[in-house]
Amino acid sequence: MTTRIDTRFAELKKQGRSAFVTFLMGGDPDPATSLAIIKALPKAGADIIEIGMPFTDPMADGPAVQAAGRRALNAGMTVTRTLQMIHDFRKGEGSTPVVLMGYYNPIYIYGVEKFLTDAKAAGVDGLIVVDLPPEEDSELCIPAMKAGLNFIRLATPTTDDKRLPAVLANTSGFVYYVSITGITGSAAADSTAVGAAVARIKRHTTLPVCVGFGIRTADAARGIAERSDGAVVGSALVDALSGSLDAEGKATAKTVNAVADLAAALAAGVRSARQAAE
Amino acid sequence: MNSLPNSFRSGPDARGHFGIFGGRFVAETLMPLILDLEKAYTEARADAAFQRDMAGYRKDYIGRPSPLYFAERLTEHLRDISAASGRAGGAKVYLKREELNHTGSHKVNNVLGQILVARRMGKKRIIAETGAGQHGVATATLCARFGLECVVYMGAVDVARQEPNVIRMEMLGAKVVPVQSGTRTLKDAMNEALRDWVTNVHNTFYCIGTVAGPHPYPMMVRDFQSIIGDETRAQMQEAEGRLPDSLIACIGGGSNAMGLFHPFLDDSSVEIFGVEAAGHGLDKLHAASLTGGRPGVLHGNRTYLLMNDDGQIQDAHSISAGLDYPGIGPEHSWLHETGRVTYLSATDEEALSAFQLLSRLEGIIPALESAHAIARVVELAPERPKDHLMVVNLSGRGDKDVPQVGDILKGRRK
Ligand SMILES: Cc1ncc(COP(=O)(O)O)c(C=O)c1O
Repeated sequence: MTTRIDTRFAELKKQGRSAFVTFLMGGDPDPATSLAIIKALPKAGADIIEIGMPFTDPMADGPAVQAAGRRALNAGMTVTRTLQMIHDFRKGEGSTPVVLMGYYNPIYIYGVEKFLTDAKAAGVDGLIVVDLPPEEDSELCIPAMKAGLNFIRLATPTTDDKRLPAVLANTSGFVYYVSITGITGSAAADSTAVGAAVARIKRHTTLPVCVGFGIRTADAARGIAERSDGAVVGSALVDALSGSLDAEGKATAKTVNAVADLAAALAAGVRSARQAAE
Repeated sequence: MNSLPNSFRSGPDARGHFGIFGGRFVAETLMPLILDLEKAYTEARADAAFQRDMAGYRKDYIGRPSPLYFAERLTEHLRDISAASGRAGGAKVYLKREELNHTGSHKVNNVLGQILVARRMGKKRIIAETGAGQHGVATATLCARFGLECVVYMGAVDVARQEPNVIRMEMLGAKVVPVQSGTRTLKDAMNEALRDWVTNVHNTFYCIGTVAGPHPYPMMVRDFQSIIGDETRAQMQEAEGRLPDSLIACIGGGSNAMGLFHPFLDDSSVEIFGVEAAGHGLDKLHAASLTGGRPGVLHGNRTYLLMNDDGQIQDAHSISAGLDYPGIGPEHSWLHETGRVTYLSATDEEALSAFQLLSRLEGIIPALESAHAIARVVELAPERPKDHLMVVNLSGRGDKDVPQVGDILKGRRK
């Protein structure tokens, strides 16, 4: 089975460069603006789009992403609407992979089988579910693989060589290396340490390794892109979005461009990097 | 309902499941630490020196065993109620006096155990979440005793309504962090503690306050609290020469209840009742996860949760900060579905009345949490015969609630 994610990484390899991966919260600050933003991302240079599914209790997220989730929930975002949004995005865009990222409970309550069927039909390519470690693979990871969706797992600095094989066993699409122990939006790890960690993971897998958490600038994105197969940027984009809102937290005429402009700058940083060391 | 197991005491399984409940639903960063903790606890549990250490601190630092006290005037009052309705019954009510423990509640039993495990693991920094503040006070106390750094997360709403405990924690040298996210109560304090743990995982031990969270916490906390039921068994033998006929305890996450219940789960003659917080009423805002919720996944485990149709966690409400949690320990969810334990609820108003009743009849001011259990005793005991032995877990004392209840009563007198 070849997914949009596999195809995208094969193309990038041919072009000799790393991926620029964006994260935004689905439905932030409202479903219509959120759709307009994700529609603008491929043109701005996003190679893979991650979309957060809002949850009331995002245990691993920092203040920026927490607030984004609140805005989305307050604007009426639900699992059904998130899938609908991706369906609408897919009408004009067939090649950019979309990865849903979130917590397990909303998926569990929606119903795992129904969720996988509907996500696949909407054009979702992969899932990242923060609170499902390999110990709970039977919940969603295995059914997702069977449904033809990539299940992308996080590896962290605490994932040692002994544990890595368990983490990688049912991972597909790519590996998401979280460069620090901490919540989203924390300070960045230095790129030397990231390089060593990526090399360590690559000893255990042939999957692409993307790196996220704490990347805020084009320079930082270049540094990470040089040492990995992709740089993931989330909180900085969420901050650009929230900085464009009015006093009530509502979208303004500036909102879509505020995100797209930052994405374009970050994409340029990634594209100026050399291909990651094989 | 599941088919009944041979023993209700054998859970969880190797992966931390009680039936479909429990498990380990946490971020990858934490998994290696949780596996380390499981190993450390398994070793400690089998180590005679650890058990000896714990027994020593229980006796001389906590002040155990806590008494099992026959509440004579409460019993007489309940017999009068029974007689007035022509039933001529009224169980003999005993109070298991966990409120007499050092720091004022059952929470210290668990914290002692976890801090001794943390010491074995070489951890120097302890974090905890707290609702009513009792778990925070117990944690701050044992951190002071063992010279450990202590950070306690507490919802900003709870910081305001449990001020005496905030002051105590600070006096004991702990740092209290008011949590402003979400609903600013216990569940948000737990989220914030998890965020801290993910960030400082290399040197930090997370001391969870109830029988919830990822495996092995529900099992470990239950084991540490089971001293309540073990003592009750021996004390009732001594007082009455037999087992009690019923047990009753309030449920926030369910640790004081689990501690009392667990040693009796296989004694089929013993009726067991847990009391959740019905807040303003079960059709309004409340914190009764079993009655008003359904199975879901939060804070590292699968259990009954209050949520909406989209799987978003709903706000819980209880007058009592210690019960104001939208979930419940996974073992309780399992005991509920197997039918071994009967779960009831009591409203804010019922708890307030029970609070005053026990204060006036027995000279014991209970915690508002414990008052929820007393509120159901007032109904259950008059229906039982006079030779029925009922044990209520008095999980904590009401000192922390004096300002809050005082304000409410003053407001009503005007
Ligand atoms: C006195 C007292 N009782 C009961 C509880 C509820 O906790 P649990 O249900 O874990 O026993 C608390 C929690 O703060 C408490 O302080």
